[in-house]
Amino acid sequence: MADNKPTTKKFGKSDRSIPHHSEKASKYYPAEDVSAPKKARKSIRPAKPRPSLQPGTVVILLAGRFRGKRVILLKHLPQGVLLVTGPFKVNGVPLRRVNARYVIATSTKVDLSGVDEAVLKKASEDGYFVKDKAAKKTGEEAFFKQGEMPEKKEASKDRVEDQKAVDKALLATIKKEAHLVDYLSSTFSLRKSDRPHAMVF
Amino acid sequence: MGDADITTSAWRLVEVGRVVLFGAGPYNGRLATIVEIIDHKRVLVDGPSKDKPVPRHSARLADLSLTPIVIPKLPRASRNGIVRAAWEKENVDGKFTESNWAKKREQFQKRRQLNDFERFKVMKLRKQARFEVRKTLAKISSKA
Repeated sequence: MADNKPTTKKFGKSDRSIPHHSEKASKYYPAEDVSAPKKARKSIRPAKPRPSLQPGTVVILLAGRFRGKRVILLKHLPQGVLLVTGPFKVNGVPLRRVNARYVIATSTKVDLSGVDEAVLKKASEDGYFVKDKAAKKTGEEAFFKQGEMPEKKEASKDRVEDQKAVDKALLATIKKEAHLVDYLSSTFSLRKSDRPHAMVF
Repeated sequence: MGDADITTSAWRLVEVGRVVLFGAGPYNGRLATIVEIIDHKRVLVDGPSKDKPVPRHSARLADLSLTPIVIPKLPRASRNGIVRAAWEKENVDGKFTESNWAKKREQFQKRRQLNDFERFKVMKLRKQARFEVRKTLAKISSKA
């Protein structure tokens, strides 16, 4: 390794430290600016849902395939979404993640005690709701497959088991209250003269 | 030509002694009586009701609904004490709360405060009641 240490030189009466030539400031500005990445001034904060969205609340889904359904909120997931269930037997809504923005919270609450915590924990992990990727067929085989009927999708065995485990305790509590099963199986929609801003939910 | 049969109309008139219901403003839903007619748009009202009083003031007729209740022979521009005595003698509050109007009003207000589940239950129970009524009606009409 080369010696980068400054040397001392005598100029007249005084000594002066002379930096090594490689340590000296460049004579020229760099021809191209090196772009420095911008410093992010935001910090990652955990999602904070509305206070009305407590676990056990009956919520009305407003968007997506199950819009209008009244479902039960199970948990806030760390991914910033809500975990809900129909229960599946009542209104066909499976264990599902929904965005809290597309949900109306009602004041109706269902007791969640007895719901299998282990399954909820399993469902709240990343990757639980991700579909298994099927091997993609390419070329001639895929081309000839187009005309055929697509195979019927089957829910995975584990997911079915989990659904049953979660819904079992819920169904028991729901059945205790009169009309609650019918309420959950019915869908919400606005009728004539319904003014959602003036309605109590 | 036959004789013309003339009957007086049964309209509710803006008159002194007419009990009115506020439909807007700070006294919404309260009762008062007309004490003096100021012009074709405004009246002087006074509501000496015990629990929901209306102070004597000039009110827009557009904000008021005329009720069928009239305090008979209330002197024009009578003062608060006289109005109060006449109000109590006529039992205005009692008469109004017994009326179908007041009952419907109360029902509507109650219904408006219901939450989603309660609204659903009302719908369900109304359906059940209707079904029973129709069932008995069908039974009776099939016999006759």
